[in-house]
Amino acid sequence: MSSQVESAMTSSPKMRNALVLAEFADVKALLSAAEKVRDAGYKKFDCYSPFPVHGLDAAMGEKQSPLGWIVGIMALLGGGGALLLQWWTSAVDYPLIISGKPLFSFEAFVPIIFELTVLLSAFGAVFGMFALNKMPRLYHPIFNSDRFRAATDGGFFVGIEAEDAKFEVGQVKQFLTVVGATHVEVVEEEMD
Amino acid sequence: MKIDTKTFRFTDTGSFGSKAMIVGVIGLLASAAGYLVNSEQFFHSYLTAFVFWVTLGLGALFFTLIHHLVDAEWSVVLRRVMESTMVTLPLLIVFFVPIAFGMHDLFEWTHVDVVAGDTLLQGKAPYLNTTFFLARTAGYFLIWYLLTRALYTRSIKQDTSNEKGQTIRMRQISAPGMVLFGFTLTYAAFDWLMSLNPHWYSTIFGVYIFVGALLSSLGFITLILLFLRGKGVLADKVTVEHYHDLGKLIFAFTIFWAYIGFSQYFLIWYGNIPEETIFYHTRWAGSWKYVSMLIILGHFIFPFLMLLTRAAKRSLKVLAFMGFWMLFIHWVDMYWVILPSMGAHGANAHHGFSLSWMDLSTMLGIGGIFVWLFWKRFTSQPVVPVNDPKLEASFHFVNG
Repeated sequence: MSSQVESAMTSSPKMRNALVLAEFADVKALLSAAEKVRDAGYKKFDCYSPFPVHGLDAAMGEKQSPLGWIVGIMALLGGGGALLLQWWTSAVDYPLIISGKPLFSFEAFVPIIFELTVLLSAFGAVFGMFALNKMPRLYHPIFNSDRFRAATDGGFFVGIEAEDAKFEVGQVKQFLTVVGATHVEVVEEEMD
Repeated sequence: MKIDTKTFRFTDTGSFGSKAMIVGVIGLLASAAGYLVNSEQFFHSYLTAFVFWVTLGLGALFFTLIHHLVDAEWSVVLRRVMESTMVTLPLLIVFFVPIAFGMHDLFEWTHVDVVAGDTLLQGKAPYLNTTFFLARTAGYFLIWYLLTRALYTRSIKQDTSNEKGQTIRMRQISAPGMVLFGFTLTYAAFDWLMSLNPHWYSTIFGVYIFVGALLSSLGFITLILLFLRGKGVLADKVTVEHYHDLGKLIFAFTIFWAYIGFSQYFLIWYGNIPEETIFYHTRWAGSWKYVSMLIILGHFIFPFLMLLTRAAKRSLKVLAFMGFWMLFIHWVDMYWVILPSMGAHGANAHHGFSLSWMDLSTMLGIGGIFVWLFWKRFTSQPVVPVNDPKLEASFHFVNG
């Protein structure tokens, strides 16, 4: 092995700033910080807490989720698809008279229409939620922070990401300290 | 109308109660005159109104029971409204007295000559006979009285003591109470409504009536809260978050109503047995067809579309309208169940529906008295359960 390659392997990888992580004392501080981050015009940031916090969406300036539209479209697809399927199989492709009812008896089709509407709506809700949350996501630089482990336990965090248009490390650090963070750190990640 | 903002007690109850009582008395007097004009029409209209207000009270009883059972937090602030509605229910036994005297006009199975020539009715006679019928009705009201009283007295007791015990006690009562509720409502629906067509049977009928009951009482509670809000009572305590939840419940149970209503229709349609299909045949003949269509549209499709969006469920104007609508459509539903069986062998079914002024007068008569009694009860105590440990959390409830 050449010495050049060896030195490349042992030397520490090049790092870059990924986000600024600020810890807050409690729910109240988190909510007020979220409002101030929102009002300051940051877009790429997120709040982390061990439990759901009522009012956090509004404090962060989150818009209404489009999930309802996804579910609605899936419901129509499910219901419409079930109707078409049953109409095709029962009245067109393989017509069979069952207990003297007309071939196209919508009453008989309703249970399947209902079930498929619910099934596809549920798929739309679950997988749509995953997609909107950009899941599955196997890596996020925030886990490089040791303090962040407390987010599942007793810690309340705000992370402003480097991708944000307004991001400038020094300014963000100072801003988060001013809005009441108990601890601020810069989280780094390896450059690709 | 005014309340003390510290104790939540009324300092001025306003004239709402006495207005309701006047409407009630006028309605009852008019209905009594109607009895002299056409007793058969009177009894059918009267039964419709009676069942409407009983189911409204039952819906409130269910709401109270489920509130305690699931240890709900958001609904603590509206607990007194539903409790006062539920505790008015047993008093309606007074209004059953005319029905007891009108059984001959209402129920074909009370006619000795009809039963004598009818094998099916002879087979049902051990259940469908006047004595047992009246005893069962007395039993339902006795159970409703004991149940609502047990819950209500503890709720009032909680106001003056800080013990946590009452909350737990009310929950303990609610568990067997829910079972009793299910049985009594189902059998009352069988007795008062299903036996109007004594050959017909549907095992899901009790559930069908239950959903209508809950929807009408949700509409009633919403309207009472909005009325209080208009007068400045609890205006800052019952927030849009609470109305949002009421909207969600109305929306959800609208779907449940359609589910149950269709399930009943579906099995009867599939089975195609004459004793069963007669119910829908008579309701699809002549102008009854339009009433049936109104129910499909007005009890499911319209409220479903109206309340589909989050914005609609949070709009007090939409909810005020839907409150009235749920009461109206529940009345249409009861009318649709009861009136086609009027006349010898259901003659009314063949002639189509014809509204009578007695439909209105009986509704106003029983309704006026019901609302008056409700209002008297409601204004006699704090408007919220002041010592409920979850009250403060309920005030600040926010939808997630």
